[in-house]
This record gives sequence, structure tokens and C-alpha cells, in this order.
Amino acid sequence: MTSTIAAGTKVDGVALSVLLFFFILVTIGGFLAAKWRRPESMHSLDEWGLGGRGFGTIVTWFLLGGDLYTAYTFVAVPAAMFATGAVSGFFAVPYTIVVYPLIFIFMPRMWSVAHRHGFVTPADFVRGRYGSRGLSLAVAVTGIIATMPYIALQLVGIQAVLDTLGLGGSGNWFLKDLPLFIAFAVLAAYTYSSGLRAPALIAFVKDTLIYLVIVVAIIYVGVKIGFGDMFRAAEAKMTTKTKTGAATGVFIPNDKTYWAYSSLALGSALALFMYPHSMTAVLSGRSRNVIRRNAAILPVYSLMLGLLALLGFAAIAAKTNVIGADGKPNAQLAVPHFFHDAFPSWFAGVAFAAIAIGALVPAAIMSIAAANLFTRNIYREFFKPDATPKQEAQVSKIVSLVVKFGALLFVLTLDKQNAINFQLLGGVWILQTIVAIVAGLYTRWFHRWALLAGWAAGMIYGTVMAYQQKSPATAHFGGSLAKFPFSHTTVYIGLSALVVNLLVSVVLTFVLRALNAPVGADSTGPEDYYSDSDGPAVRVRGTEGGLAEPGVART
Amino acid sequence: MKEPSPRRLPTGVAAAAGVLLIIPVLALLIVPLYAKKGPQLWGFPFFYWYQFLWVFLASGFTYSAYVLIERARRGERR
Repeated sequence: MTSTIAAGTKVDGVALSVLLFFFILVTIGGFLAAKWRRPESMHSLDEWGLGGRGFGTIVTWFLLGGDLYTAYTFVAVPAAMFATGAVSGFFAVPYTIVVYPLIFIFMPRMWSVAHRHGFVTPADFVRGRYGSRGLSLAVAVTGIIATMPYIALQLVGIQAVLDTLGLGGSGNWFLKDLPLFIAFAVLAAYTYSSGLRAPALIAFVKDTLIYLVIVVAIIYVGVKIGFGDMFRAAEAKMTTKTKTGAATGVFIPNDKTYWAYSSLALGSALALFMYPHSMTAVLSGRSRNVIRRNAAILPVYSLMLGLLALLGFAAIAAKTNVIGADGKPNAQLAVPHFFHDAFPSWFAGVAFAAIAIGALVPAAIMSIAAANLFTRNIYREFFKPDATPKQEAQVSKIVSLVVKFGALLFVLTLDKQNAINFQLLGGVWILQTIVAIVAGLYTRWFHRWALLAGWAAGMIYGTVMAYQQKSPATAHFGGSLAKFPFSHTTVYIGLSALVVNLLVSVVLTFVLRALNAPVGADSTGPEDYYSDSDGPAVRVRGTEGGLAEPGVART
Repeated sequence: MKEPSPRRLPTGVAAAAGVLLIIPVLALLIVPLYAKKGPQLWGFPFFYWYQFLWVFLASGFTYSAYVLIERARRGERR
């Protein structure tokens, strides 16, 4: 049993060694992954960026699970529970349940049309469907700027672990940030060489560790603290009045916060599968049914997320101290400190490894997704229309390095609060691509220029509203909730922005159609949205079937 | 090489699958349904265990929709 952490403690050698062991293990795995289901050539985006589009149900399950449930979720959701309770934290549970019926309905269509036309990114689809370079660029840029802070937040997760271990805090900036720098350099190196295969393989290690840790932690809470006492402690904290006279947080939502809770759950669910990295993982599946089956079995991760969220309450009951190595309180440290206080060093090391590796998997997938967007929808679209698959893969590899380095700079130079603010904005932004993408899967009714105007309106409205939110900690970007226009109901900003977006798109479509504005070419046909793995495909490099000629069926 | 066949689902099957998928969404998005303290289960307030329960129920509903669609597809090919 280790003692409570105070500012400037010495390094916990045992926990650090365990963390290092797992880190080296996944590093070796990451480099060896290039040999897994070895393709004839890694020199295309289908292979490097989508793992050959050949992952089955199990691999996709681990990959999507590793992708959607990030280290930041593991640290931030319990931190939010610890600080302000259900509305800011526990909504993640309904959110990650509601998302799967949505994936079940929409994503097989996306998979089919992408498989049929060789689309790699959501912006590729928009380009093909609406024949609009502007709209495709808007979707691509939104994807990239929404993903960057998300990668940065993975680093915040690792930082929380390093801080708990006694690395960081005091000392000069170079030594303080060196461990983070090394971790990311190694991650960048194996993503470069193995592409999407690296996170797919490492996800196995990550999830095994996470499940192990959470089962042990929940048994510990049940036996040592007791669930009844845990909830009572949480309720007592949440109902305590702060200096301003308001309650500290929400234990169970009431009629003032019903809409906040459900709009956060729905809005986040809609945003989650619009993120480029979830699209990447979905498109790497082998068939439509791989996606459908995964929609049914992925909620298992939500069980784990819910239990992890409760650890925020457990930290309240255990009176966990959240003072960081820099001497300031930081709710993000609730879970790492809880593990450090409650468990022997070696097990705390396993928990820290789970969080750190949990950061590496999504960071790798996100950087691949952002790189693919840049390559397909900016580089090839605007600079080199005749790029070969090999050149595309090369550009993507380099951009994935740039993206990760950018995220690192972001975290090292800007305040942590900025990363969280931008992540909040990222969710609002990515939600604005949903009208073009999801409506596009079903209908060409919307006019491409109306969609672009709707996107712009939603982006501006969402950004301004988020900027205006104050909180005790910050003057701007203080939260993701605001009053719905012309009402007193507090809802998720992303969802109100989406309503604005939709209104503008619908109204302008009527106007533009009346004016007979050119609608643009649609390169997709009605049957493309139903085609399965045995249907005709463009540029499929199968793992067993070899290279198919364009337009020739692989049966 | 066989002709790409239309793979649209019969309306009845599509509607039934849609209902199976919308139930978990509504059960979780209508917050007043479950934002209460009791009855408790193993110390968990209703609000918390209800949502944990829906992790499993949602999985079941989604899987049922999958089976329904798969059966319809297979029947069609015969």
C-alpha cells in the first residue's frame, strides 16, 4: 500500500516498471503488426489507412472499442462525475448506448457506397455524392480540426498518469515533458510503418488490461466501500451548496436538467460516428454484417465505461486527494490517484498502463484518419489529382507524423484547459457535417450549396454560443450547455447548432431548386448503397483474393 | 460473376427492425422515465441501475434487429 500523494513526491518505481513493461510490449506489437495479414504491398491507403478493408467481427470490435472509448474518456468521465456528477459525466452511458442503433442504421450504407467506390474518408463520399469540391473541403477541414484537439486530449490522459507516478510537475520543462515526448515518438514510428494494423493489434492488449482493471476495481469498491455508501457520499457532495448558493453538481437530473442530459447523450452520439476516426474503423470492416454485428456487441464497452464513471463517485467516498504534482487541485487526477491510494503499486501500474495504452490506440487511429482526409480531400483534390496509390500512402504517413507532432505542441505549449475547450468545440463542429453525410446516404434532395451554407451557419452559431459560456474556471468555453434559442431550456450547444444548420439547409434548398441552380454530378447509383462484400468493388486489395481489377466482382 | 441483385428489405421487415432499434433510443432519451432514486438495487439508485440494465437490453434489441434482417436476406436468396 502506498501513501497518499502530495506535491513533489518521489517516483513510484514499481508502478513505473509495470507501466514500462506494458509500453515495451505494445511497442514491439506495434512494429510487428506490419507483418499481420501481410499485404502484397503497404503502399496504398486501402492497406496503410484501412488495414486492407478486411477486418472481421472480432478485430473490428476491438478496433472500434479501442477507438471510441479513449483514455480521455477513462480519465475525464470519472473526473466529471467526481467534480459535478451525472449531467456532466454519466450522460456518457446513454450516449454510448444510443450510438449503436444509429450506427446499425446508417453505417452499413456508408460502408457499401465506400466499398463500391473506393472511398476512404467521409469527405470522399460527399465529393462523389454531390460533385462539390467546396462541400467536400468543408467536411474534410471540419474533420481535421475536430480531430486534432481530440488527439491532444489523449496526451492529457497520459499526463495525468505520469503526474500520479511522480514524473512531471517540478523540474525544468524538458525533463518534465520528456516521458510524454518519448511515448509519442514511439507511437508515431510504429503508426508510420504499420498503419491501421498497429492500433488494431494493440487494442487487444488495451482492452484486456482495461477489463481486468475495472473488474478488480469494482469488486474492491463493492467490498471495501459498499455501493450504498458510495452513492450516499456522492449525493451528499452533489447537493452541498457552493459559495454562489448553487448545488455542487447533479446526483440525479431533475426537471431543469432533463433536456440537458438527453440532448448531451443524443448530440454526442450523433457526433461520435461522424468523427473521421470512427468512419475509418467502420470502413476497415470486411462486410456490412461485420458492422451490424458490432453494433450489437459493442455496448459491452459501455458497461465498462459506466463502471469506470462510478469510480469518480468511489473517489468521493474514499476522499481521494486530487492535488497534482504542481500543487494545484485537478479533478482529472481522481481516478489515477484513487488507484494509487487503494491498490498495491504493481496493480496501480497495471491500471496506469491500461490508461496510457488506452491513449495510444485512439491517438494512432485519429492521426491516420486526419492524415487520410488531408491526402484524399486536400492533397489529391487540389494539388495532385493524378497521385498514385503509393504517393497517397506516402503523403498520409508523413501527415500522420505532422498531426501527432501538432497535438504534442498543442498540449505542451497551451494550457490544458485550452485542449478541453477545443475538444468541446470539436464535438460541436463535427456534428455540423452530419446533414451532408447522413442525408446524403438517403437522398439527393438537399442542394450542395444549401448544405454548405447550413454547415457554415451551424459552425458559426455553435462557436459563438460555446465562446459565450462562462464557468467558475474560465471566462469562455465554460461548458457545452446553453439555452435553446427563444426558450429557457438548457440543451447541448451542438444540437441547437445542428437545428440551425438543418433549417438553413432546408430553406436554401427550396430557394436554389426554385432558381434551378446547378445540382452537381452524382457518381453513385441507388444500388451502391446496398452492395456487400460479394458485390463489385473498386480498388479492393483482398487479404486472400489478391488484387481485383476495378469493377470486377470478387466472389 | 453474378448480377448485383437489389438488396432492399421488405417493408415489413424494415419497419420491425426500425422499431427494435428505436426502443432503446427512446428508453434512454426520455429522461423523466428514470430520473428517480428508488427502487434501489444493491445500493444503486434507480437512475443508475436502469441505465446499466439498458446496456444489456440495447444489445439484445440490436441483435434481434440483426437476426431479423439476416433471416429476410437469406430467405430472399433461396
